[in-house]
Amino acid sequence: MMHSHLVTLVVFSALVSTVFGMLLRDTPRERLKFALTAFAAFVLSTLVLGWLMNPFPS
Amino acid sequence: MSETRAASAASDSSRTVAAGLLAWVWPGLGHLFLGRRGKGLILMGSILALFVLGVAMDSRLQLHLGLEDPLALLFSLAQMGAGAPYVLARLLGYEAGVVTSPNYEYGNTFTAVAGLLNILVVLDALDTARGVRGK
Repeated sequence: MMHSHLVTLVVFSALVSTVFGMLLRDTPRERLKFALTAFAAFVLSTLVLGWLMNPFPS
Repeated sequence: MSETRAASAASDSSRTVAAGLLAWVWPGLGHLFLGRRGKGLILMGSILALFVLGVAMDSRLQLHLGLEDPLALLFSLAQMGAGAPYVLARLLGYEAGVVTSPNYEYGNTFTAVAGLLNILVVLDALDTARGVRGK
């Protein structure tokens, strides 16, 4: 199956963002904008957290 | 006149209950029942994709209803939110998952989030049926 953490992150973020956009906004344009913003927030925040945790290995 | 109103209220109430139940049984079906075809299909596709990918990533689907492990109970409840796909996957023999799989934790996350999102979809279907939400 998916062995890449990045691909898993992107797929998960895309699907969850799509559902959030459909549920939380009412017009197609607003939904697309919200879903894209949520997707970017998911991916970027994960990458930033990953880099911040990098100096502190378990 | 009041009989007509009572009959209309009963019809609205049964429509709301049906929409909520259908939304839980199969993701997106409640919105399709309410005539929200596009929204229903997109919700169905997204949530089913999350759930199926989770199962394909060796997620555990074991039913845990005891209070001795509250986190396992919450995890089971979250997965059960997916409705019939959860039951189908268990019936097809995917309940144990593969703990040693590198994707196991990701799979668990995918299936639990699919169920939790479907609970939000059920609430949205109920609101739509009651006329609280327009589209």
